[in-house]
Parts: sequence; C-alpha cells; structure tokens
Amino acid sequence: MTAELTIPNQTAPEDDVVIHHRTWKDYFTFSTDHKVIGIQYFVTGFIFYIIGGLLAEGIRTELATPDADLVDPSTYNSMFTMHGTIMIFLWIVPAGTGAFANYLLPLMLGARDMAFPKLNAVAFWIIPPTGLLLILSFFLGPAQAGWTSYPPLSLLTGKVGEGIWIMTLLLLGTSSILGGINFFTTILKMRIPSMSMMQMPLFCWAMLATSLLMLIATPVLAGALILLSFDLIAGTAFFNPVGGGEPVVYQHMFWFYSHPAVYIMVLPFFGVISEVIPVHCRKPIFGYGAIAYSSMVISFLGLIVWAHHMFTSGTPPWLRMFFMITTMVIAVPTGIKIFGWLATMWGGKINLNTPMLFAMGFISTFVIGGITGVMLAAVPFDIHVHDTYFVVAHLHYVLFGGSVFGIYTGIYHWFPKVTGRHIDETWGKIHFALTYVGFNVTFLPMHVLGLQGMPRRIAMYAPEFQGLNQVCTYGSYVLAISTVPFLINAIYCAYKGKPAGSNPWNALTLDWQTTSPPEIENFEVLPVLTTGPYDYGDTEEEEKELTAV
Amino acid sequence: MNIPSSIITLLLGIGLTLVSLWYGQNHGLMPVAASEEAGHIDGLFNAMMTISTGLFLLVQGIIVYCAIKFRRKPGELGDGAAIEGNVPLEILWTAIPAAVVLWISIYSFEIYNEMGGFDPSANDMHAMHGMPAGKGSAMAATMDGMPQGSPMIAALGVGASPENQGKPAAVNVNVLGLQYAWIFTYPEINVTSGELHVPVGKEVQLNMNAQDVIHAVWIPQLRLKQDVIPGTQTQLRFTTNKVGSYPLRCAELCGGYHGSMVTQMIVHTPEEYDTWIASQQQSAQAQAEIVKKTIAMNPANLSPGKYLAPYAKEMGVKPEMVRHLHQQHDMSKSIASVIK
Ligand code: HEM
Ligand SMILES: [Cu+2]
Ligand SMILES: [Cu+2]
Repeated sequence: MTAELTIPNQTAPEDDVVIHHRTWKDYFTFSTDHKVIGIQYFVTGFIFYIIGGLLAEGIRTELATPDADLVDPSTYNSMFTMHGTIMIFLWIVPAGTGAFANYLLPLMLGARDMAFPKLNAVAFWIIPPTGLLLILSFFLGPAQAGWTSYPPLSLLTGKVGEGIWIMTLLLLGTSSILGGINFFTTILKMRIPSMSMMQMPLFCWAMLATSLLMLIATPVLAGALILLSFDLIAGTAFFNPVGGGEPVVYQHMFWFYSHPAVYIMVLPFFGVISEVIPVHCRKPIFGYGAIAYSSMVISFLGLIVWAHHMFTSGTPPWLRMFFMITTMVIAVPTGIKIFGWLATMWGGKINLNTPMLFAMGFISTFVIGGITGVMLAAVPFDIHVHDTYFVVAHLHYVLFGGSVFGIYTGIYHWFPKVTGRHIDETWGKIHFALTYVGFNVTFLPMHVLGLQGMPRRIAMYAPEFQGLNQVCTYGSYVLAISTVPFLINAIYCAYKGKPAGSNPWNALTLDWQTTSPPEIENFEVLPVLTTGPYDYGDTEEEEKELTAV
Repeated sequence: MNIPSSIITLLLGIGLTLVSLWYGQNHGLMPVAASEEAGHIDGLFNAMMTISTGLFLLVQGIIVYCAIKFRRKPGELGDGAAIEGNVPLEILWTAIPAAVVLWISIYSFEIYNEMGGFDPSANDMHAMHGMPAGKGSAMAATMDGMPQGSPMIAALGVGASPENQGKPAAVNVNVLGLQYAWIFTYPEINVTSGELHVPVGKEVQLNMNAQDVIHAVWIPQLRLKQDVIPGTQTQLRFTTNKVGSYPLRCAELCGGYHGSMVTQMIVHTPEEYDTWIASQQQSAQAQAEIVKKTIAMNPANLSPGKYLAPYAKEMGVKPEMVRHLHQQHDMSKSIASVIK
C-alpha cells in the first residue's frame, strides 16, 4: 500500500532558514509542531504524575495503620478517586499516546508533521485547563466514588465534585478522540512513499491499534457519562434504582470503554519496547509480522472482554463464561509479543544501558501482571479476589510495571534524540534500581493481602493485615524517592549533558536519520528507505547459528 | 559440545517443573477453606499457581540469563546473529499458551458448575424495581419485600450445586445491605440478626438486596462474593463444612465507612445453632415491638444513627458504627432519599 505524501504548506520564506532549536517560550504557545506538542504532553503529564504520586503516598501513609487516622474516610475515598483518575487520564494516556506518538510517529514515518497539526494542538490544550479543573474540584467537595464512579454511590456522594469529574472526563475523552483521529490518519497517509505498511516500525503498528481503540471505545464512555450527568443533575433515572434505573447498565457502558482503555495505556509501550530491544541487542526483532499483527488482534479482542470486571455483578452465568473465554484468549497475542522480545534478546550483543534495563524491567514486571490477569479471568477464582488488593496489585503490575516502565524506557532511549544530549548513565541505573525494587516491595505483598481477605478502597482494615501493609507503605516511599534522581538527571542533562550526535545508538528507523534534536520540519531532505527498520545483525553469525543447529 | 548443553537444559526443565509443582501446592496464600466448593476453587488456584510459577521462572530466568550471557563486553563490536524469526518456534509459543488457557477455561467451567454457577435459578434477572423505595422503612422492606422463604425465585449469583438443584435450601436468609451494616433476616424462624449464623453442613441460601447503594457480600473462607444491588435481587448458595467464625466483608465501595462494613459469619454445630435460634426467639417478642415502632416512626425525619440505634443493639451492629453514621452527613441524605 503506497500513500501520497502531503507536505504541509510552507508559510513563509523564512522557514527555509533552518532553525534547529526551539526556545522555552515556544512550549507555552499554541504550537502546531508535533515535537513541541509531544514535549508539552509529556511535561504536563509528568506534573500530574507527581500530583497523583503524592496522593498515592497519602493513601499509603493512611494505610500504614489499620485505623482511619490520617484523613477522614470520605477524604480517603476522594484521594484514591483522584489518584486513579489523574494517573490514567492525565498521566498514562497523555504520556503514551500524546507524548510518544506525537513526537515519534512523523519522525518514524518520514513525515514533516502530523496529518492535522491544528487539531493536534487543540487536543493538547484541552488537557491543562481540564486537569486544573479536576484538581480544583478536590477543594470543592470532590468525587468519592472511585475512578469507576458506579451509580448509585456516585449520585449520592460529593455531588459538586462528581459533576466536575464527569465534565473533566468528557473533555479528556474529546482530547483523546481528536488525538486518535490524528494518529490513525497520519499512520495511513503520511508515510514516505517508499515505506509499505510492513516496513513501518512496530511502534507505528502499536499506535494504529491504539488509535482504533481510542476511536471506537471513547464515545461509549461519553454516552455513559452524559446519562450519568442527567441522573446527577436533572434527576433522571437511567442508572438510579430509586427511579427504576439499572445501575448494571452503567457498568457495562463504563467498562466497554475502560477495558480497551487499559490497552490504550499499554499498547503504545509494547511499541516502545519493540523499538528499544532490537537496537540495544543489535539483532532484528524476532517475528516482525507476529508482533505487528498481535497488536491488531489485541485491539480487536480488547473490545470484547469488558464484562470480566463484572463477574460478581448482576451478570448471568453464560455472560460470565463468554467473557472468561475471550479474556483468556488475549493472553495468546500478548504471549507472542513477550516471547518475541525474549527471543530478540537471546543471542544478542546486549548493551545493558538504562533504556535496556528498563525494557527488561518492563518484561519482568508486565509478565506478572499478565499472569495474574489470566488468573483473574478464571471466574471461580475472580469471584474470590474481585475488588480486593489482589486486583490493586494486578492493575499496578500492568499500569506501573507496564506503562510507567515503558515510559521510562522510552525516555532514556529517545532522550538523546529529543535533547541532542546524553542522559547520565550512572544516575539512570540508580533510578532503575530504586524503581524496580520500590515497585516490587510496594505491590508484590498486595497480592497476598487480597487473597487473605483485604478488600480494596478501604480506609480502615482488620489489624491482621497491618504487617504487609507496612511493607507496602515503605516500598511506596522508596518509589517516591526514586523519582528524584530521575528528575535531577533529566533536567541537568537536557542542558549540560554530553552532546550525543544524531544517531548515538546506530539505529535504523527514520527518527534517527535526522539531527538531534530534529530540525523544525524534521528532515532537510525527505529520507528514502534503504533498509528495513530492524535490519541489524551479522549475517555471517546467522549462518554459523544455522549450521550449528 | 551440543550434548552437555542439552542435558543442562533438560535438567533445568525438570527442576523448573518440580519447583512449580511444589510451589503450586505449598504456597499457603489462601485462608482456611470452610466449604467443599472453596476447596475446589483452591484446586483451580493451585493449578494456575503451578503454571504461573513455571512461566514466571522461565521468563525471569531468560531475562537474567540474557543479561549475563549475552551482555556486550567492553570494547566488543559487531552485532548479534541476523535471525528474523522462526516460524515453527512462533507456532509453538502460540499453540502452547492457547492450549493452556483453553484448559484453564474448561477447568474453571467445571468448577463453576460444581459451585452452582449454572443453577437455572441463578440465571435470570429478577428485578424488584421500586422495592426499596416504596416501603416505609428499611425493616419493613426486608420483611415484606423479600420473597419470604421462597428459595425458588430466580436471582443472579451463585446457585445450588448440581446435586441440590431444584431443591430448596435448608436455611434461607434474607440479606439487606445498607450503609454501613448488614441485616440478616431468617423468614422461616422469624429472627433478625446483625451477624450471619448458619448450621454446619446444611445448605444455606442468601437472598440479597441493598437499600441504598451497591454493596457486595464477601466471605473469604468460602471464596464467595456477590454484589448486592439495590433494585435487583442476587443470591448465594453454599454449604459450610467447618465450624468457626469467619469475617463477612463488604467488597464494593459504598461510601466513607465501606471499610468498616464488616460482620461475622458464625458456623455452628447443629446443637449450637438450635440454641442460638432459641435465644433469638425469646427476644422475638421484643423484636416485633421494634419493627412496629419503626414502621410508625417516619424515618426520614430521624438521623440515620438514631434510626438505626435500636437495631444496632439488637443485632450486634457495633455501636461505633452507628456513631460513624451520625458523622456522615451525606449518608443521611442518601438514606432519606432512598426511603422517601
Ligand atoms: C507511586 C506509586 C503508586 C502507589 C504507591 C499507588 C498506590 C495505590 C493504592 C494503594 C491504591 C488502592 C487504593 C484503594 O483501593 O484504597 C491505588 C489505586 C489505583 N492506582 Fe495507584 N499507586 C501508584 C501508582 C499508580 C500508577 C502509575 C497508576 C497508573 C495508571 C495507578 C493507577 C491506579 C488506579 C487506576 C487505582 C484504582 C483507583 C480506584 O480504586 O478508583 N497507580 N494505587
Ligand atoms: Cu479489563
Ligand atoms: Cu457496603
């Protein structure tokens, strides 16, 4: 499939004078440059990550003792509601799709910008005011019903905050749909003419799958939220049983979006890992086709598994069984990716630098989240652990062990591209060690807590659970501290790091075939594809291996 | 050259299998199992733990091995072998996981059947719309609105094990969840309690409904959980096999004091159970009085704490819980709006 290349109009002749660097002021403007927007997304997201992280530390400090002694219990509920909402909608989604996809897609495809640059800027600028609105609601009687916001509870507690929460999510959903349109069109239409679909870097495949989910699932969430807001504000009874409404219908609509949302949050990082591993192992990706297609399969299956969040809700047995089987099946394409990455590492010449360590950390922790995911799909077992700390552990192994490790992998890998400078390796490794250890100490014991009988979303718990909870709390402090070396290292090296040159990793994808940082319209002369994205490796070595077998 | 390495691989494989098999049986992560079905669920969990341990060790092992063995030595140049894939290998790691999850699905299906998940009486929506709203008080709602001793009414949840299907359960209990307490009513013997008392070895059916928001009954030692939904009846059916006292916790976020919505399920020997019933029935007279009084009062005018206080004493709801209710401002609104 070939596509026509559209080169954005050159607005003024001065543009021909290549300006390599942006000044800091550009990042506060309505810029349509995808690279500026990518960085805007990332920095905004990271600020919200810090806020969400501080809330998490508050949660963990409250849970250091069985009694609800740090904050009022309803405040506790608002804290995890805000924590979940911020982490998902203002950190992982903006960082994964907004930051990485915006920055990388045009570079990888050999385009000068995204398909719709103005739309792109609009999508970004929705986020900061919306995020501030959400934070503001924290001081106006915040939402207390969890990030899932099930009625009737969401209709009865923290009404002002709940209204703001609904509005926030509608706006962020809009931003996400606009982004999805842009990614989808860019991938299909903006590739350099010599690049076929099967020559795209795998990150682009991952984003193709992600953008489809953003486009198909997000409108359903909007529908659910609009009906919920009618119940909240106008007193209708779509979901309110007091008027004959059906709360379980809300759950279906919510999860129809929110399960795919977990793939929106993790597929981009499957893409990142597929980029990073071959480069630092100096080997072609193992099974390009399988990894590319498995993204599409995951995307499709992701749309038909939502009710696995409702096995203990008002659901009949046939439905529980149907969703158990579809959920189990998702393990297969996910496994294909993991084994593909492991096989890529096998026999490589692995450069154990920070991006590679984070990529290995990603596989190591994500696989645990995947394993517990299969367990949770088994209905009889899920009935025991649903809505317990086992699920909290599982979701953090996926969202933190997956998405956040994926973000750090990408940041360390593309840091030289984005800034033109190297980030310090020693501090990077310290960051990795603290994150990996802190993460596992925080979340591993939560599996046990859930199995033993501790429900999630509780401010007060039975004293017998205190020991393990304290371990989790200490772990979370290590995690909090781990962010400090990263921040200092990243900010310092962005200005003072060793100059990196345009392609320090000797990578083959097009993003590395231009200056670092890339000039304003990415390529002085549009590149022509001469190799595949992963044509690393020594063909003589290959023959030796083959004859040895 | 080749032979020793394949022997090492074989030995590692055997070691991995043995460790997985051992850990799958000896992880000790589950609490006591107080019913036969709970034991079956543990069997499923153990099987999954065995497979998981194997997969976990395999993946982590490969990562660590790669990090050591294939690490680029300082000064080393050049690339790894240019291997782009291997179709038989890829088919293998597609087929094996597919077979494994298929097997887990079938196994789960079977266990779910043994638990009573496919009981046709646990198969339909049995909506009772307006039920909680229409009645004068919470108590009245439990007493009249519930299908008194009619276990054959279909409701979502877990039903009878195959051998008991079609038969009524030995003990029927109507369960009402409300912020932040459980009320158990035994329609056959006219007893109301704040704790769940059941005789060991007898089949028990919980017919559950919520007064205000969604709650969930979770008894970890039975491995059973079911949401309790306002306006929709749900059920759980089980037979205990160990005398003891087990926590019964709310597992669905229901407000600030969700974490304190905990009571006990007390599994009695048959004699103890009869004694308990007798002691309860002695006070049945008093209970009837309370119920009458409540119906006469207009609960919407009372704070929920005051309104629930008499039950708190009668039913072993902890007094501090009722005090919490007092503090919860939103709470009074929510109960009032439901009751109105
Ligand atoms: C700094 C590290 C983090 C810590 C210590 C932490 C801790 C916690 C804890 C203890 C809970 C359970 C609250 C409860 O059920 O009472 C929770 C919930 C949650 N966390 Fe985190 N978390 C962290 C990072 C993240 C990240 C990176 C994400 C990414 C999306 C995330 C997403 C969520 C979500 C979605 C919930 C569920 C909220 C709800 O129940 O409504 N967390 N977190
Ligand atoms: Cu899901
Ligand atoms: Cu509750």
